[in-house]
This record gives sequence, structure tokens and C-alpha cells, in this order.
Amino acid sequence: MLRKSTVLPQPELLTEAVHPMRRYLRTDRLPHIWCSGCGLGTALSCFTFALDELRLEEQDVAVVSGIGCTGRIAGYLNLDSYHTTHGRAIPFATGLAVAQPEKKVVVFSGDGDLFAIGGNHFIHAARRNIDLSVFCVNNFNYGMTGGQFGPTTPIGALGTTAPYGNYENPFNLPYLAASSGAVYVARWTTLDVRRLKQSMIEAIEKPGFTFVEIISPCPTNYGRRNRLGDGLNEMRYYAERSIIQHGADPKKANLYPGSDIVVGRFVEEERPTFLEQYKAQIVEKQHFRPPNGKEPS
Amino acid sequence: MTERILAGQYFMNGDEACAEGAVAAGCGLFAGYPITPQSEIAERIAIRLPQVGGVFIQMEDEISSMATILGGTWGGLKTMTATSGPGFSLMVENFGLGVMTETPCVVVNIQRGGPSTGLPTLVGQADMMQARWGSHGDYGVIALSPCSPQESFELTIKAFNLAERYRLPVLVMSDEVVGHMYERVVIDPARIEIVERRAPHLPPDEFLLYQPGEDLVPQGLPIFGDGYRVHVTGLTHDERGYPVIDAETQHRLVTRLKEKIVRNADDIIEVEEIDLDEAEVVLVAYGISARTSLGALRDAQAKGLRVGMLRLITVWPFPEKIIRSLADRVAGFVVPEINLGQIVLEVERLACGKAAVRSVPHAGGDIHRPEQIVSAIEEVVRDAS
Repeated sequence: MLRKSTVLPQPELLTEAVHPMRRYLRTDRLPHIWCSGCGLGTALSCFTFALDELRLEEQDVAVVSGIGCTGRIAGYLNLDSYHTTHGRAIPFATGLAVAQPEKKVVVFSGDGDLFAIGGNHFIHAARRNIDLSVFCVNNFNYGMTGGQFGPTTPIGALGTTAPYGNYENPFNLPYLAASSGAVYVARWTTLDVRRLKQSMIEAIEKPGFTFVEIISPCPTNYGRRNRLGDGLNEMRYYAERSIIQHGADPKKANLYPGSDIVVGRFVEEERPTFLEQYKAQIVEKQHFRPPNGKEPS
Repeated sequence: MTERILAGQYFMNGDEACAEGAVAAGCGLFAGYPITPQSEIAERIAIRLPQVGGVFIQMEDEISSMATILGGTWGGLKTMTATSGPGFSLMVENFGLGVMTETPCVVVNIQRGGPSTGLPTLVGQADMMQARWGSHGDYGVIALSPCSPQESFELTIKAFNLAERYRLPVLVMSDEVVGHMYERVVIDPARIEIVERRAPHLPPDEFLLYQPGEDLVPQGLPIFGDGYRVHVTGLTHDERGYPVIDAETQHRLVTRLKEKIVRNADDIIEVEEIDLDEAEVVLVAYGISARTSLGALRDAQAKGLRVGMLRLITVWPFPEKIIRSLADRVAGFVVPEINLGQIVLEVERLACGKAAVRSVPHAGGDIHRPEQIVSAIEEVVRDAS
């Protein structure tokens, strides 16, 4: 049954308002496409504050994204930014990172992009310890395509392709990252802005494959369908259930309906990066035998 | 560190020669996944790239291999991947991203029999239309087809040069027999020409990432860290590189992606003409089928038949003009290829019924016998008289 729609009054635009981190933003591309109440703006903001605190120049860091709502982050950052195909941000970033080892490469993408279609690339990049920071905005569903369930949707949660409730076990992302070889693993919600920013700083500074899960509200698709209310209510839901446990066993950080949300810095360890191992092997073991060639006559 | 160009004469197979061509052309990153019959390329380049300061990375699949070389290119390296049929099917996704983002790189396909797993160790040439149309959407492509190890070396270098010149992934469509065939390869530095990447011609505040020159090719590729702060997207985009989702922008971009190849076709296309002046029948062949056709050509000429050959070194863009002009004066074309008739469709299209066109199909696993090709030539001559 169709209901008559009401036209909402246009919000007042604050034309003088400027973002304090506008040097990192493509202001000519704003306003962004994200829904009100979405956590992506907060995640993006935290990232720009992290860059500022790291005193990184704009040309010293690149952002690579896949496809989806989070995939659009690359387009709003005034950095070298690459918006690739669905699931392939990590391998694209791998090429970029080995080509420019002195610079920082950050992959910013969503849970569906990184862990469904791109899952294989994630575990292999972690295994190789490619020098990348991967920031996954987890909103528990495919937001851009209309709220289908995904690889992180909790059991029982509703999605447009899970009309009777999700019946697949979700990934526990920190556990997956840690067991695949990530040298830094953290999780925060978009409510934890200062802690999230600090984790981003630590992840970017640390050589090797680092991972931060960012739990974000998706009021338009996930929240509304699962009776979590608007963006603010969904944040309140996460805030009430979040427990900070630094050093917690990632295996125990799985999320299920009604569970606590364990957040914190779970893993921080040292391991040589892909390029460090590569160079070490070649210097030690290169045994080139020149082909038996002679000058062309 | 050893030299990139190993001057000298060698006995090597087409795969190894291809790897040497890549190193000679300045390849700095190879990403690939093992697959027969291309593995010798990866094995050779895994030895050679570290010696010249490059990076070899064995990926988890061909999807990531293709994505990684695109990233490497924007990071400032010349890049390549190599595969065979099943892997090529996985690569076409990000091949499309390379086309859309106008990213220079080289993709080698050592063709084997298909579809699916098909004939892992045996020859095929049935990916030629996939090379042209494999990724979704409209675009132009460049594909080269070597017929010997020597040409595998030379055309791999040429592929790198064309990629830089025209800003797209360039295909080397070789095949299992050429890949595994051992022959003499002469590497003469004096005969090697290398095209370097064009840097942006304007400072960052004036530069537009996808502003084309008169040749429709974007002018200069800023690499990560140059200070240009590019935005590169697979979405339809304007000249700044920003996504614009409308029909007008789509028309302008996609038409240019096709036209930049069409308009420059005369500069891109390379063919070898053999005895065409007096020919009544013209063989049109490429890759290993051009080698078998050469035997058939000599046998037919020994029988007194007036036969010539157009060997396609560039298969895409297709050499349309020369086929059209030949169709006006010859009795017919014979097209032997190790597939059930792919390139012959192009010849038919361009002959427009003015000359006979006869396919000599082969499902793969083996090469043609010259007698098959000779009897096709004889049939065309008989039908014409």
C-alpha cells in the first residue's frame, strides 16, 4: 500500500563552515553520497585527523578502495586515490606498495568487498605481510546494493536476501586477520573516534600488514531492517555493548546477536615485511649463471 | 646486478624469450599465477627481475595478478603478467579496469585448447575473440601475435612500447607451440627501441588526468607521490578523473577509448606481406598457424598456384584496409587458425563478398598439416575458375 510521501524542508546549509582537515579532502566533490546517520563520514574524518597527527604530506600516502559505500572514500580524499574493482583493492594496493616502498598505502573498504569477493586477497596479503594498512568499515550488510546479508551479518539478522533471518555464520574479522598473519589488529566502533584515530596512526606507522575493523551504523539498510532505530540509536546500541579489552584473544571477539562487542587493540607483533624478506633472500641466495651467450655477428 | 638486455645469441623457447623481452623493455614488476603452458615465463622472470632490481610476485590467482600490475603501474613501474586460457578468463575483469583507467601494462596469453580446463599442455588459438571482447563494455584493444621465439622477444618489447604510447593493457596472444618451441634468438641492443612513460606535461594545478591530446591519448601519467593527487576510478569519469554518472560523459569517454585505437590504427598495425603482388589466393594467418601456412604456401607455389600470405603480427586492431584492398583484386582468402573460425569472421566482414573466404578450422591440440591448407587453396582456385 502506497502512502503519500511528505516533502521534508531543505536543511539549512552552513556556507561558512569548513572542515578542519580540508587539506586532505576533495572539497569540490562534497557533499558526499552517504546517508545521514552512516558511520563513514566519521571514519573518514578520523583518518584525516590521523594523517594530520602523523604529519604526513598529501603526496606521501595513497588510498585504495574497492566497490560499495566505503569504496567511495577514495574519491573524497585529496590524495593519490584509486577506486578499483569489487574486491580487488588489496591486490591493486599490493602493486602500488611494492612500487613505492617508502610511502604509505592504505586500503579503505567495506566488509563485503574485503571479506566476500575479496576474502582470498585479504588472507594472502596478510600471509605475505605486504606493507599495507587495511581499514574495514563493517556495517554488517551490503548497503549500496540495498541491504543484502553479507559475510559479517550476525546469525538471525534480517537482510533483503535474508528475509527470514540470516542463516550463515559470519566471519570474526580480528580472528581472521590475526590467524592470517596481520602484525597489528584492532577493532573500534565509529563512536570511539579518538581511539579509532589512534589505532589508525599505529597501523599506518607500523611496517607490514595491519588491520583495523571499524564497526559502523547503517541506519538506512541494516539498522532500520533490524529495529536498531536511526543512526544515533544504532550508535547507542553499540556503545552500550562495547567493552574495551586490549590484548584480548581475537578468537573470543566474535559477534552474535545480543553479544558484547569486544573492542581494542588485539594484536601487535613484529615480523619482516614482504619486501624485507624478498630482499634478504635475493641478497643471500642469488646464484645467477649468465647464459652462454656471445655477441651477435 | 646484471644487464637488462642480455646481448648475444641464444637457444631458447618462446616463453623464455618473452620473459627476456619484458626485462629488456624495462619491466619492474611481474605478478602471475602458475599455469601451463606459460610457466616458463614466470620461472625465467623470477630469476631475472631480482637481478635488475625488479619485483617478481606470485599471486593467489590471476584476478589479483592483473590487479597488482595495475597498481604497480600507477606506482611508477612497467608491469606485466602472463597466463593461459583459464587464467585469462579470470584476468578480463581487471583488464577492463586497465582499459577504463588507461593503465599501461602487458598481458601475455600462451593459448592452449579450451573451453574450460580443455587441453592444458596442447595448443589452441581460440582466445582471439576473447582478447577482443573479453571484458564487458565497449573499448579498443591492441593484440600482437608472435610466430617464433625471436618474435616473442621482439613483440613483448613492442607490447610494452605500445602500452606506454596508447595508455592501455596490451595483449601478446602467443600459443603453446610458439611458447615451447626452441629456436635461435638474437638479442641485439642496437635493434631494441624502448618507449618510456610520458610524465605529465603540466604542473599539478593545471593538469587534467584524462585530457586527451590530438591523438585521443591522455597526456602523461602521474605516479603515486608525484604530487598530482590523482583520482583513478573504474567508474565513468570526466577529464579530471572524477566519477560522473550520465550518458553524455559515458559517450565521450567510451567513444574515445575505442577511437584512440581506431584513429591510430595505421601506426599500430604491423603485418608481413609475402608474395602478395601476384597472388590469386591469400593466406591470412598468425602465430604458429602462420608457420604451418608458410610451408603450405611453398608447397602450393611448387604446384604452380599463385599464392601469397598476409601474416598478422598485429591481430587487434584488425588490418582492415589491407584486407579490403586485397578483396578487390584476389580470388579468395584462406584462413587457417587453431579454432573453429574466429579471425576468419573479420576477413569475411571486410571481403564483403568480393572475394571467396575459406576457413581452415582446427579444434586444437595439434597444428594444421600443410596439406589441409594446400587443399583449401586448391578449392578456392577451382571455385574461382
